[in-house]
Amino acid sequence: MILILVLLPACAAVSAYLIHSDRVRRVLLVSVSAAHAALVCWLWIDPAWFPPLGAWLAVDALGQVFLGITSLLFLAVSLSAVSFLKRESGTTRADPEEGFLFDNTPEALFTACLLGFLSTMTLVTTSQHFGLLWVAIEGTTLASAPLIHYHRHHRSLEATWKYLLVCSVGIAFALLGTYFLAASIPAGGLTSMTLSSLVANASRLDTRWLKAGFLLLLVGYGTKMGLAPMHTWLPDAHSEAPSVVSALLSGALLNCAFLAILRILSVTAAAGLGQFGRHTILVFGLVSMAVAAGLIIGQPDYKRMLAYSSVEHMGILAVGVGLGGLGDWAALFHAVNHSLIKASLFLLAGNILAVYGTKRIADVRGALRAVPVTAALWVAGFFAILGAPPFGAFASELAILRAAVESGSWAVVVVFSLLLAAVFAGMITVLVRTAQGAQSVERAPEPALSLVAPLSLLAASAALGIFIPGFLDRALWRAVMLLGV
Amino acid sequence: MTVWVEGFLVVLVLTNLWLLGSSRLLSCIAAVSVQGVLMGLLPLVIRIDAPLWRLLLQAGASLGLKGIIFPILLLRAVRSVDARREVEPLVGYSASLLIGVVLLVVSLYTGLRLPIPGGATPVLLVPAALFTALTGLFVIVGRRSAIVQALAYLAMENGIAAFGMALAEQEPLLVEMGTLLDAFVAVFVMGITIFHINREFDHIDSERLSSLKDTPQ
Repeated sequence: MILILVLLPACAAVSAYLIHSDRVRRVLLVSVSAAHAALVCWLWIDPAWFPPLGAWLAVDALGQVFLGITSLLFLAVSLSAVSFLKRESGTTRADPEEGFLFDNTPEALFTACLLGFLSTMTLVTTSQHFGLLWVAIEGTTLASAPLIHYHRHHRSLEATWKYLLVCSVGIAFALLGTYFLAASIPAGGLTSMTLSSLVANASRLDTRWLKAGFLLLLVGYGTKMGLAPMHTWLPDAHSEAPSVVSALLSGALLNCAFLAILRILSVTAAAGLGQFGRHTILVFGLVSMAVAAGLIIGQPDYKRMLAYSSVEHMGILAVGVGLGGLGDWAALFHAVNHSLIKASLFLLAGNILAVYGTKRIADVRGALRAVPVTAALWVAGFFAILGAPPFGAFASELAILRAAVESGSWAVVVVFSLLLAAVFAGMITVLVRTAQGAQSVERAPEPALSLVAPLSLLAASAALGIFIPGFLDRALWRAVMLLGV
Repeated sequence: MTVWVEGFLVVLVLTNLWLLGSSRLLSCIAAVSVQGVLMGLLPLVIRIDAPLWRLLLQAGASLGLKGIIFPILLLRAVRSVDARREVEPLVGYSASLLIGVVLLVVSLYTGLRLPIPGGATPVLLVPAALFTALTGLFVIVGRRSAIVQALAYLAMENGIAAFGMALAEQEPLLVEMGTLLDAFVAVFVMGITIFHINREFDHIDSERLSSLKDTPQ
């Protein structure tokens, strides 16, 4: 059954590439993502139907949480993608910002890569073997690179090249780290590279190799996750990719890399190096938050601003995990919330870009008058991502603060709150400028299909802020148990 | 067999210096191609206890992909984009070679002090592997031509794969094939991107890919 989860989108990707009719292909995209989401739903209801496949593929609580987010998000994005592709299909168009002409990537290739992206991300969440995990994460880079280059012009090309090169080098570090991890296994070779056997035999691992391997893996997968100072690809890729792709990158891909870091953390913790690992992650988290805050304030481009906000939130996740205990739970819960909200914001940014034709904050005025529904959601989304109640991010950020207070790390409490406040100030001014004022474009129609996804994602996050369903809470706590201390 | 192993490793070190000192694209491709052939042959001489079919499969796949197919793909990329046949260095060739020597010393120093459990690993393997990976990393940073950066990424990958050979027993075949396939797709995707870069800009100088940045308002 797990194999079906991985192979279904992969097969659909191949057929999407071969199908000629745009209509059929779009139906295929939505139906496959709906089928994937239905299967994942089934997995949440009764995991017994999804038995481990050997020691390599299995869905544990951590994988289940991240698979759930990925699948849900992909379903939402595929709906928006249909509306996006309808809008973008056709021949050569002019760039709204610089005026030159460019083509789009053929829709067949784009859809195939989207589905391939889903398949590789599913493999990341279900993989229990560190080698396979590496292969899957590298697969996500390769499947998503053509997606970033959807608009075939020089800016997207530059973003794609940076993405490919920076992430490939990062992932090469992760491969070296994986080999270091293998080198920490004592001679005699009883232990294999699967998560369960490494955790079970953790006390026998050579700590020198394990420490070095952990650092390499953290840097390698941290590059993919967007932790500063390895985040340089992220703002370019997020701002130049079509908004549906940015939503997936930010909401699903960054989480996959975070999951990979959690996997190695659980081995490190089982070997008794938990404190070392968590402290390192904590430092990366605070640095990421600081770098993001510095670049959000005064940022002239709203998609780049959202991208830096992702860097900030990856930092928040890292801080939560760095604190441990309640922080672990809060980080996982925050990952869920961040995905829902940020994907919704990127989709809305796509709607605004389509109407205003610019990514410059200074040129977007009076959105509440020009595109009332989009702008209303945009305002709600901004408050949600800034951690205002009643949205889920409020609860998770508060829990991280509580974890910091309980552990007595007052320095973390102070720095964390100050950085959150700085980001709040930086983003709220943008919100006021874009939403209020005299509209700078004519009132534009807002197709329902482009609003369904952001609306439902935001609603889900608001619901999570008010009430956390028992099944989700239990899954999160079971996932925390896997991380160890 | 030790003689062969040491010999291959010395050649591996030399290909890195070759890559560092070359001014022409074709010469760099040749260096990395020789590296690929070495990577194919190394498992045959290092690992004598694994089943023969497995060794042959691994050697054939490595040699075929890294030694023959990658270089051909990159050669075609060079021809199709009609790129300038120079590597466009940010760091000059003699400086690169000097840095290479420093990297070699560092790799020897650390590599000889990192004992691989088991003890059956050839002495030079870890230093040579580290040196190859570091050279790749340096060339990615120190050259502007996108094709050379792709080549250097391959060299980095080779170094890491050579390191992995020391641990071959723990690594199942499927993973090795997976990493190999990934490297293949990476080069393929990079090749396509290079093609687009050239068509769009009439150059493959990654230094001039610099329009995306945070400009103050």
